Amino acid sequence: MIRTKLDAGVLEIELCREPMNEIGTEMLSALEGIDFGKARAVVLHSSLAQGFCAGADLRELYHAGKELKPAARLKGVRDFLKRIHAFLSRLDEAPVPTVAAVHGAVFGGGLELALACDLIVADRSARFAFPELRLGLVPGFGGLPRLKRDVPNSLVRDLLFTGRSINAEKALSCGLVSQVVAEGQALRAARATAAQMGKFDAETTAAAKKFVKPFPKAELEREMELFLELFQRPVVQEALRKFVEAKGPMPYLP
Amino acid sequence: MRTQEQTVRELLDLAATHFKVDRKGLSPGDDIFQKLGIDSLQALDLLTRLERHFGVELPDYELQGVSDFRTLAERIHVRL
Repeated sequence: MIRTKLDAGVLEIELCREPMNEIGTEMLSALEGIDFGKARAVVLHSSLAQGFCAGADLRELYHAGKELKPAARLKGVRDFLKRIHAFLSRLDEAPVPTVAAVHGAVFGGGLELALACDLIVADRSARFAFPELRLGLVPGFGGLPRLKRDVPNSLVRDLLFTGRSINAEKALSCGLVSQVVAEGQALRAARATAAQMGKFDAETTAAAKKFVKPFPKAELEREMELFLELFQRPVVQEALRKFVEAKGPMPYLP
Repeated sequence: MRTQEQTVRELLDLAATHFKVDRKGLSPGDDIFQKLGIDSLQALDLLTRLERHFGVELPDYELQGVSDFRTLAERIHVRL
């Protein structure tokens, strides 16, 4: 699911859940167990060749909910969202610098995970997307307030309303990503960046981070409520069913 | 300025090289997914390489309704 190691003060969080680090209850439980305590910096990355993270575990979401009455299904989703929000808030507000090293698909919840970090370092294979509208939903893990924090609203609208993915160079040009490196080199570059950021006085870094990185608490809560409101509609269950049952070659394409 | 036929040729060359298939076995009318044996994540990878090679931005939804190389080349060509 995940592996962690502390090396010279840098906590590395390695996502390694086949096939694409989908975020379901097991992944979430593993993430919740992470202690940032002794770290001077954090690097989040995936060791799967296929990519960083394709988002929420839609298969689990569909199968866990399909036999439940709507009220029970909604409660289950609300409980999950509260937990993932709590973890991502902890990551977002960690008193140490955090870097996401990404490659391949950085979609949906995967993009939300990366956005909670201070910086994103991408290799040239990385592609970023918020495809949630195709399911009749909006991002529910806090992606929109965090994306709005970093890029122009026009790009937020583009990604959300089209569901398309953008490449690493485009992501760099609009400020979503801070560095683009050769394929396979994102982790190396992220390690160097984390080591650099971890060199400075910890108290100063923590204070500076609190000062420059706004935490969009109210918007995060509103996004969650919007997600839950949309989730209750039959069109969402139908879209999840279609995604889960799709046999064609294009499930990740909008 | 590339002609459309040049775009098709470059697309076939790139696809053959990247996915390690016999270039002589690829024709413009071939089904991309079948011929290359790729899934949607690999299709996104192809998209990235095409964008870099041709210097264009090619939204994923432009791949909807595209099954063969020639049609994909047309979608690329109009963005040159």
